[in-house]
Amino acid sequence: MNTSNQAASEVDRADTPTASDNDALAKRWRRATEEPAWLKVTLITVALAFVALFLVLPLSVVLFGAFERGIATWLEAIRDPDALSAIRLTLLIVAIVVPLNTLFGIAAAWAIAKFEFRGKPILISLIDMPFAISPVVVGLIFVILFGSQGWLGPWLAAHDLRIIFAVPGIVIVIAFGTLPFIARELIPLMQQQGKEEEEASLTLGASGFKTFWHVTLPNIKWGLIYGIILCNARAMGEFGAVAVVSGRIRGETNTVPLHIEVLYNEYMFTAAFAVSSLLTGLALVTIAIKSVVEWQDERRQRRAAA
Amino acid sequence: MSITLARRRVIPGFGLTMGFTLLYMGLIFLVPVGAFLLYTTTMSWDTFWHAVTQRQVVASYKLSFGGSLIAATINLFFGALLAWVLVRYRFPGKRLIDALVDLPFALPTAVAGIALVTLYASTGWVGQYLELFGVRVAYTQLGVVVALTYIGLPFVVRTVQPVLEDLEAEWEEASASLGADRFTTIRRVIFPALFPALLTGYALAFARALGEYGSVVFISGNLPFRTEITPLLIVAKAEQYDYHGAAAIGTVMLVVAFAMLLVINGLQWWTSRRHG
Repeated sequence: MNTSNQAASEVDRADTPTASDNDALAKRWRRATEEPAWLKVTLITVALAFVALFLVLPLSVVLFGAFERGIATWLEAIRDPDALSAIRLTLLIVAIVVPLNTLFGIAAAWAIAKFEFRGKPILISLIDMPFAISPVVVGLIFVILFGSQGWLGPWLAAHDLRIIFAVPGIVIVIAFGTLPFIARELIPLMQQQGKEEEEASLTLGASGFKTFWHVTLPNIKWGLIYGIILCNARAMGEFGAVAVVSGRIRGETNTVPLHIEVLYNEYMFTAAFAVSSLLTGLALVTIAIKSVVEWQDERRQRRAAA
Repeated sequence: MSITLARRRVIPGFGLTMGFTLLYMGLIFLVPVGAFLLYTTTMSWDTFWHAVTQRQVVASYKLSFGGSLIAATINLFFGALLAWVLVRYRFPGKRLIDALVDLPFALPTAVAGIALVTLYASTGWVGQYLELFGVRVAYTQLGVVVALTYIGLPFVVRTVQPVLEDLEAEWEEASASLGADRFTTIRRVIFPALFPALLTGYALAFARALGEYGSVVFISGNLPFRTEITPLLIVAKAEQYDYHGAAAIGTVMLVVAFAMLLVINGLQWWTSRRHG
């Protein structure tokens, strides 16, 4: 706005300046650099309508469906033994998957951001790969490998081991599906921060681990927290891959999303939405934390600029 | 040369972190994916070809590819619009809407699926009004497009947004002072600058839609030849222990996914070169 006025007055100075000319020029300049007000309002309205239809309404329908019949009904659906065992299983799975993927994310980001080596772009693309594969295909890959009629099936059966239709299979497919999330948050963050601070710390005699703990970790804290929360939310919500490998054994291999599907298919809509509201709450916390991380980032950049 | 060598020695842990990275990736997905592809090659060509060209399967490709293309195109327009509005205009609730854009990314697909079918069923909040105009969404191909649009929504917005934020105001001012009107500036200056990002977002949304399962299966109704998507057929065949059939179709999807990944990587490289 400011710059356009300045520019307009500079244009003006070249010609013969009069007050009305000045106004007309400013107006013409605005017309050439901004959309007219009516168009702005229309664009905002259309964008908001799209957001309302595709984002706000689905969210509202879950929360409305969950609490429509009151808190007592909601609690009843959550306290149902099948729901509780699904919640317990899901918590067990993320307790295994999230730490493993966190370790992987930190290790991959350290190797990629702090060192130069051949094939780095290929490694980064490979880390993205699970992202591109359909969750259903992820499940299928492990059914083919470990299923009763799969490649290793007879061997597993002979040793009385179960992977498919059991917890280990669910853990593996979820680890596969959520593998990139933390690494993808950390790699650009650590690349952007460079390695001078770590080098200073190491040169001053700190050990590698101490340097990571006191120098690197504080710098990547928020990105890491968001990565972990996102990985956690996606792990808890993974559906397609788990649907293929779990076998949906009630009370045994039903995770929360599979339990929601069972409830929905049995026309227990209120219960389905009640259980859904738990994962929806988690999703909302996830996007709230993302906003906090971005806000922190903006503040840091502004401080760096000042 | 000597400086880079000395530097390399300062930071420890390359062997450890790289070793763990490769070991973990190998165990979790590189070896399983490789073994899966190997399994497919043990099939005879006839078995494979028969499995991937069955009429029901071909119908599902048409729906999955067609639906994903339409959904990605809808997201291209509305995603670009949303990114533009979020970057350039000020209005109340902007931050909240910006945050909400990530919802399809964070909300479990099964939850999205039951929410969408409830909204668009003939008794739902949206479906009942569409019914008045004779438009049915739930249990039709239109329902598949709606679910795929929902799931791809964040991608175009999130690839275009940063490019638009970095776009220098000087370009537009230069264009304006050279006599271009606003429409010409948008068409000749802004659009070409955004083009690689738009294409990347489009490809990402398309790739995500192709493989999507959870948010679609509830609203589609899964009618054979009409509303069955390809991932659904894989699940169905795996559940019937038809591993050959499932693996053959899964391989087709895997190959398409790799091709999309290559395209997306190329596009991202193009985008970063333009805006590095």
